[in-house]
Amino acid sequence: MSRYFTDEHEWIDVAGEIATVGITDYAQEQLGDIVFVELPAEGAVFEKGDDAAVVESVKAASDVYAPISGEVVEANGALEDEPALVNSDPEEDGWFFKLRVADASELDGLMDEAAYKKFVASL
Amino acid sequence: MTGKDDVATLEEELPLVELPLDAWHRAKGARMVGFAGYHMPIQYEGIMAEHAWTREHAGLFDVSHMGQLGFSGEGVDEALEVLLPSDIKGLKPFRQRYSMLLDEEGGILDDLMVSRLGDGAFDGAEIYMVVNGATKYDDIGWMIEHLPDEVVMNHMDEQALLALQGPEAGDAMAALVPGTAELLFMQSGLFTWRGVPLWISRSGYTGEDGFEISVPADSVQLLADALCALPQVKPVGLGARDSLRLEAGLPLYGHDLDSRVSTIGADLGFAIQKRRREEGGFIGHARVLKELADGPGTKRVGLTIEGRLPAREGAQIYSGANLVGEVTSGGFAPTVGAPIAMGWVSLPHAALGTALEIEVRGKRIGATVAPMPFVPHRYRRAKS
Repeated sequence: MSRYFTDEHEWIDVAGEIATVGITDYAQEQLGDIVFVELPAEGAVFEKGDDAAVVESVKAASDVYAPISGEVVEANGALEDEPALVNSDPEEDGWFFKLRVADASELDGLMDEAAYKKFVASL
Repeated sequence: MTGKDDVATLEEELPLVELPLDAWHRAKGARMVGFAGYHMPIQYEGIMAEHAWTREHAGLFDVSHMGQLGFSGEGVDEALEVLLPSDIKGLKPFRQRYSMLLDEEGGILDDLMVSRLGDGAFDGAEIYMVVNGATKYDDIGWMIEHLPDEVVMNHMDEQALLALQGPEAGDAMAALVPGTAELLFMQSGLFTWRGVPLWISRSGYTGEDGFEISVPADSVQLLADALCALPQVKPVGLGARDSLRLEAGLPLYGHDLDSRVSTIGADLGFAIQKRRREEGGFIGHARVLKELADGPGTKRVGLTIEGRLPAREGAQIYSGANLVGEVTSGGFAPTVGAPIAMGWVSLPHAALGTALEIEVRGKRIGATVAPMPFVPHRYRRAKS
């Protein structure tokens, strides 16, 4: 399984044709206490860059974009009951949704973990 | 990710100014944002934790961006009664009142605290006023325009302002300045701490017991350190200040109040005492009279929200198909444990218990007009 990162602070785990998407530890730290996550419906089809989810912290609402194109096959229902999972475990149990990858070549432009770490350090 | 409505996006072009405690905030791990033209701490360890700490212990807020004004001179009471709708002549020494500046049409230019000084505080000025940071220069301009030459207004920008808020604020304040234990809500006094003059009022904007402390800017760090060395006290940022005041049902100027809205519509009629309502003689009186007689067109109300999705500032409020108002403050309320909002709705929809809907990202969520405060006030008043 490979993990990719975007400059919008999302992570993507790709296993076969399924990609799991969440926000990074850096992102949750910046957002602060998360109180609500609005997730996409199963079957929703996104182009890369579409608004896919909304994460609400105490202070503000922020969009989460689809990092690659694809169809939503599952959303993380655990976040409805416990949105704070995004704060406590952003890069594992706090995942947002799973996509069936439409175009694997879109992954080529994304960062690997080392590149993302370097990117965050430069902010 | 992109922030839709972060507090930082409210800021404009002007370069931000540093407050006296700027380095202190950063050393405490604050995340700084632009607010009212200043670099301000939005949070230290997190808004939820800081909010809860203030409700249970005592939070220390730096509100040095607010404008502190001193007034003196012949006829100062009469002059201020033209500018303010509140009873100034009847304001006793060391007492404080909530008031506001109104324009000719009765629109609210700012809301503020006004007190009568004593004991020679602030070089013997008679009246002390604290106005909002974002509006202070406009306020000063407006007052210069409307005050007679005999009245001198001094912008005391060499003073910092701290707020200590929470159920343990009384104990914490008394540990440094024992005399403050005697103060009741909206009373104030001049105290000395390690040779530093402190003007302390028992007031604040969180709904909790607490104090606002005017301190010379060159001593504010010493005081902030002494307060934070107490076990009851932690620094708290703007983020929690906003969620605390919203739960307390207190309006925020520039959001819940502006020059389009009136005192009566804002449900702030308590700031206009009986004599002033009857006699008038203040700028904006005609609208107050008219709205007392006929009712305001729209009213500021509290709203409880169904579900977990917060409705934020700017969200539109509906009754069926009809647009009847707009949310002016809203968010997740940590002590309530649910989203709440404040907004303006047209009078027929403003009665407590009215069921309404708020549109958030194309979806309608249920809301009900609710009494404020959302969390009971715990001010220290005289025992009856």
